[in-house]
Amino acid sequence: MQYHYHKHDVIIVGAGGAGLMAALYAGKEVDTAVISKLYPTRSHTGAAQGGVGAALANLEEDHWEWHAYDTIKGADFIGDQDAIEFMCKDAPDVVYELEHMGLPFDRTPDGKISQRRFGGHTNNETKQAVMRACNSADRTGHMILQTLYQQCIKHNVNFYDEYQMLDLIMVDGEARGVVAYEIDTGELHVFHAKAVMLATGGWGPVWNITSNAHTLTGDGPALVLRHGLPLEDMEFFQFHPTGLFKLGILITEAVRGEGGVLINGKGERFMPKYAPTVKELASRDVVSRAIYMEVMAGNGVDGKDYVYLDVTPETVNHYFEVDDSRLPNGEIRKIDDHFVKTKLEDISDFCRTYVGVDPTKEPIPVQPTAHYAMGGIPTDIDTHALANEKGDLVPGLYAAGECGCISVHGGNRLGTNSLLDLVVFGRRGGKVMAQDVKKMEFKPIDAEAAVAKVRAELDAILNNTGTESHADIKQEMKNIMTKDVSVFRVEEGMAEAVQKLRELRERYKHIHIDDKGKRFNTNLLEAWQVGNLLDLALVTAESALARKESRGAHARDDYPERDDENWMKHTMVYLDADGKVTLKYKPVTVTKYQPVKRVY
Amino acid sequence: MQVTLKIQRFNPEKDSAPYWKEYSLDMHPNDRVLDALLYIKNHIDGTLTMRSSCAHGICGSDAMRINGVNQLACKSLFSKVGNNVTIEPIAGLPVIKDLVVDMEPFMEHYRSVLPFFINDDPAPEKERLQSEEDRLKFEESTKCILCACCTTSCPTFWATDAYVGPAAIVQAHRFIFDSRDQGSQQRLEILADPDGVWRCRTIFNCTNACPREIKVTEAIAEVKKEILFSKL
Repeated sequence: MQYHYHKHDVIIVGAGGAGLMAALYAGKEVDTAVISKLYPTRSHTGAAQGGVGAALANLEEDHWEWHAYDTIKGADFIGDQDAIEFMCKDAPDVVYELEHMGLPFDRTPDGKISQRRFGGHTNNETKQAVMRACNSADRTGHMILQTLYQQCIKHNVNFYDEYQMLDLIMVDGEARGVVAYEIDTGELHVFHAKAVMLATGGWGPVWNITSNAHTLTGDGPALVLRHGLPLEDMEFFQFHPTGLFKLGILITEAVRGEGGVLINGKGERFMPKYAPTVKELASRDVVSRAIYMEVMAGNGVDGKDYVYLDVTPETVNHYFEVDDSRLPNGEIRKIDDHFVKTKLEDISDFCRTYVGVDPTKEPIPVQPTAHYAMGGIPTDIDTHALANEKGDLVPGLYAAGECGCISVHGGNRLGTNSLLDLVVFGRRGGKVMAQDVKKMEFKPIDAEAAVAKVRAELDAILNNTGTESHADIKQEMKNIMTKDVSVFRVEEGMAEAVQKLRELRERYKHIHIDDKGKRFNTNLLEAWQVGNLLDLALVTAESALARKESRGAHARDDYPERDDENWMKHTMVYLDADGKVTLKYKPVTVTKYQPVKRVY
Repeated sequence: MQVTLKIQRFNPEKDSAPYWKEYSLDMHPNDRVLDALLYIKNHIDGTLTMRSSCAHGICGSDAMRINGVNQLACKSLFSKVGNNVTIEPIAGLPVIKDLVVDMEPFMEHYRSVLPFFINDDPAPEKERLQSEEDRLKFEESTKCILCACCTTSCPTFWATDAYVGPAAIVQAHRFIFDSRDQGSQQRLEILADPDGVWRCRTIFNCTNACPREIKVTEAIAEVKKEILFSKL
């Protein structure tokens, strides 16, 4: 069996914000390499727009404790409060570190990092929106990704670009490496390591309308499941309220932070009905449900399933007057065309390019879009992966970023907290791995066997003469999940979804592909990735079906209330080789905030 | 609308030279060229190979030559490119397969200009201050996504692959004009090399190709001026 062999103390899979931050920190002390199926700067961190949350108080009073409470409340009280407090307390320091790395934040008039309002972030005393999102125009994620990659070049981090991870090497319950496929040549590589960090991002393509790149296929979490390990809180998947109609392209919450309002087909601003205090700046689950309810009530634009996001200065300034919304100096807020064009430059470009709308003159057609996985690979606060609901660790395995679940986002993530999660826990994970591996020796692996297993899986796809198409199966999965495991959920729909997903998994065994070659065979890799998405869709649907309450992004018509007595707990889902799903639960860590009813 | 796509195909395991293949499809005017390519890959011929990821113009994976002009397939709508569309890989880099080129020579040029923040002073406790005006001086060049549309549209780069190319100069510009950075002199020396900025003949192909609407030629001119000025 032919393969290439590499040995590094630390292997990080994925080169987005979390992977690169971890690589920088681990790489300072131990031999570290990053494997990425994309060139690092293609990672989807680059799509994040509005900002990274940190209570710097550059423009008005703010405190990390307020940020922590907002996050706990945003999470609908199912986030782990110790981890949330750590993240929000660490936030200012990590943001200053990004600035010291050269990140070009926008500036306040006195030269500090600029901050803007965002959904769910409030002054805990007045309950009004607070300026906490540190931003660089509307491409903060792009700036973070570029800055971290630049620093990796500066510090000579090892990269294996365009290598697809196909398996984890697990021996005696320990992670000891990775098998990866070099996309250019089709050759297999064994990466022997003391520590493996998964930082593979999300899996939005499980749904039809998504803000995610189509390369986000949940490879890390799917492999974790396949090795008999659990995933946490998979039923909590965020639908961002404002995706561009039909395309799902993210239109940042910063549009609303800067004053944009949501208008239904009757021309009414509807958010005051659903969130009287902060209106459009309620948390994302609340706003997505409001849009959905407007559409269900026949108030969509032209009777269709979308509404308008209006950021034309005329409308915005009108509502600043109505709301009596003022600047810190007491003047009524006001925006103009130039402000929209410079502060929301990229989204102006998206609107012009894809729907022919100039947002300074016309409203933007929007609908909820599958955006972010709150759940994922369970970890402790040091990014160590958990083996079970009892909290035992998987030696050698780590996870950070969207593919992990610490859990800092609970039932619903606040805007700006994803970028924060990446850099805070990427940094912490990098430091922890460096310390851990110094105490460890390389343990033996059977590289031949690891390669043979992967080769057999690839051959099973390459040599399959079935009549099914992985692209069709993927589309059917998207349709099922969009119809029944989306913004609103009910028992019958989800039960039917589970049944249909099981049928798709059977059909997936009979796919065939056209490309049998070795060079740049994306046909083969995409077929393999559909298998990952199917596993994640199934455990999402099963976890959702079991949770008989409404909390955060998991909203059920048949159980409309939150049920803290029975359901204030994290789901831990296991999937065996036959497709059998087992659900277990673990308690939520509460430090000092008891659940209260969530109103915005 | 009925569209005809004429795509340059090449499989290194089978073909001795690239060839053209035509596909007829029914697409909507608002569909992206990328949508058509993915349709072909998913439903007609799974061997068609291209890079793509975000599908909305921010990751830079799917740069290709569409009707003779470098652009991102995910930002090219049929309403703009029309119904007879020719698609080739970007020029000046070795073709691996179909529309996929070897990006390494491009990345090597990028890495050569010290594309990272340099400031060896001890960092302050909070942020380094920068005026809004200073921040704006390099705003344009921060938008670069390294898609290579500019560099691979440059006739000088086609003729001389040692030329560092517009993308690398834009990346250097991003730091040279950052008031917080201290590495400008080193970068200007690198770019004053015969294969640096002076190879630019101000043809403006790069500016026309940039999907991020960066005024690339202007950025190159600013760097040229800075080299002249700093040597005075």
